[in-house]
Amino acid sequence: MSSPKAQLEKLPRSVQVLLALGAVALAAFPLVPSDSADFYLQMLSQMMILAIFAMSLDLLQGVSGLVSLGHAAYFGLAGYALAFLTPADTPISLWWALPVSALGAGLAALVIGFFVVRTHGIYFIMVTMAFAQMVFFLFFDNKELGGSDGLYVNFRPDATLFGWAGIDLENKTTFYYFTLAMLVAVYAFLRRLLFSPFGRVLAGIRVNEHRMRAVGYGTFGYKLAAFTLAGTLAGVAGFLWAAQTGFVNPDLMGFHMSAHAIMMVILGGMGNFAGAIVGAFAFEYVMHFFKDLTKHWQLLMGGFIVLVVVFAPRGLLGLSEKFQRRRGVNSDE
Amino acid sequence: MDFANFLIQLLNSLQYGLLLFMLAAGLTLIFGIMGVVNLAHGSFYMLGAYLAWFLASQFDSLVLAIVVGTLLAVALGWALEWLLFRHFYHRDHLDQVLLTFGLIYIFEEVRSILWGDDVHSVPVPELVNWSIPLTDNLSYPVYRLVISAVCVALALGLYLLISKTRLGMKIRAGAFNREMTEALGINIRLIHGVVFALGVALAAIAGMIASPISSVYPGMGSSVLIMCFVVVVIGGIGSVRGALVAALMVGLVDTFGKVLLPQIAGMAVYMLMAGVLLYKPEGLFKQ
Repeated sequence: MSSPKAQLEKLPRSVQVLLALGAVALAAFPLVPSDSADFYLQMLSQMMILAIFAMSLDLLQGVSGLVSLGHAAYFGLAGYALAFLTPADTPISLWWALPVSALGAGLAALVIGFFVVRTHGIYFIMVTMAFAQMVFFLFFDNKELGGSDGLYVNFRPDATLFGWAGIDLENKTTFYYFTLAMLVAVYAFLRRLLFSPFGRVLAGIRVNEHRMRAVGYGTFGYKLAAFTLAGTLAGVAGFLWAAQTGFVNPDLMGFHMSAHAIMMVILGGMGNFAGAIVGAFAFEYVMHFFKDLTKHWQLLMGGFIVLVVVFAPRGLLGLSEKFQRRRGVNSDE
Repeated sequence: MDFANFLIQLLNSLQYGLLLFMLAAGLTLIFGIMGVVNLAHGSFYMLGAYLAWFLASQFDSLVLAIVVGTLLAVALGWALEWLLFRHFYHRDHLDQVLLTFGLIYIFEEVRSILWGDDVHSVPVPELVNWSIPLTDNLSYPVYRLVISAVCVALALGLYLLISKTRLGMKIRAGAFNREMTEALGINIRLIHGVVFALGVALAAIAGMIASPISSVYPGMGSSVLIMCFVVVVIGGIGSVRGALVAALMVGLVDTFGKVLLPQIAGMAVYMLMAGVLLYKPEGLFKQ
């Protein structure tokens, strides 16, 4: 059965420095003049959105020990919510479309969570996947919901606040900074949550659920709350994705999207949210790299995934820790 | 719905359910005995169908293609167990999920390199390419009955293998207590290899015999994989009997759902699963 892997909950100094440098680099990037700035801005925005998505999954996978293979359903649902909420002739206000879309995804997670959270281990993996597939087919089969072609989001949300139109999301650079701000906010929120009493209970459930029950925690409620919260945050990411690409289709909630999110979390290192961010960037970079390299990129991608699982199951942050420890041992001798 | 129509739908659901059972039986056996989740199980179905198409065009005979294809599938299963899966029995389910997800990509691309991305069809063998007339304008193709018959025969063979033979006794012992079985001098690694190859072969055979009625296309593995998961979850992981009951239920619900309530047909099976989970969170036949 699954054993709780050691998590880097408290980030080592080196990782903290790396994250701070990364944030500065992301903030400074649009200032660098470049011929293909638009392309890179879009690509980095997408990576940041996926990082938010991966962090939301990490709350389940790394913190609570609940491996969801259907997390993309909530990502996609919020994207569809934006597509349905946006009228044909005018943009919708960001300040109510974002909460409504994210909470809509959260509501779906609450309903589905009610069924899936009562299962354990391998059942949880299979059942989350099956429910996500149900949502997928609901949209795929129904022409009224866009069918297999999906829907267009006619306008990016309008961020005018009390008459102040300082944020124009139609501008790529502004959208980029808005996404960066959301990434930092979600990260700060989840880090805070990790060390809150709620986060401690979730970590306790990962390590030994029976013991948590014996101590007197109603683990069902905690797991359902974590599932709902993770769905809501995935919804935030899905909303941003739909706003950025202007287009939603059932693939957003498909099996591959869910598995990619798991892969991002693993690749970076689970349970500390920093790993999810690193993993999302690394995974997307590798995928773009392989896609540019050859039309048979799936072979390389599959090989890459297999190699990571065989040789670095604790992810990039885990590797850096191992490396440091080895160095530490050497210096002691 | 008149009787002839009802009979046709019933036979269709039976055939679909039995085919699902072939796939789910391998999945549930591999999980029950080795504790491995195999997302790549659908890929074996897809590879089987492509093998049937390719070999049938080479040999001009579907039966010969199925025999050769089955041997190739056994070899593939054996090699995969030996090279990769063997090292993952004690690993986290999460690692197994990722490993087998990576394998899906690899199998899809290998298929694309070997045989391209086109949709193919496999001709039904001449001998069974006719229909039984039911009414003036309704008839039932014999090949679908052949599929059901082959599945029933294999299911029966599987049952006899597991419950009546010496090998089956060892397999059951290994599922019950791995260490104790090893301590008694049984080569559990060999048993694992046999079970894995058996699971792969069953999935590939399902793909091969289904190829004449469903076209052979690239994404065919993933849709069938998810149905298999539903079957295994409803039946209870590790239970072959549960897989049979659940596969027949899913076949009935899916086929009649499409006829009676086409708007929600895609979701009907998942609703069945949700209902079963509410009532029995670990499946109908939890081991």
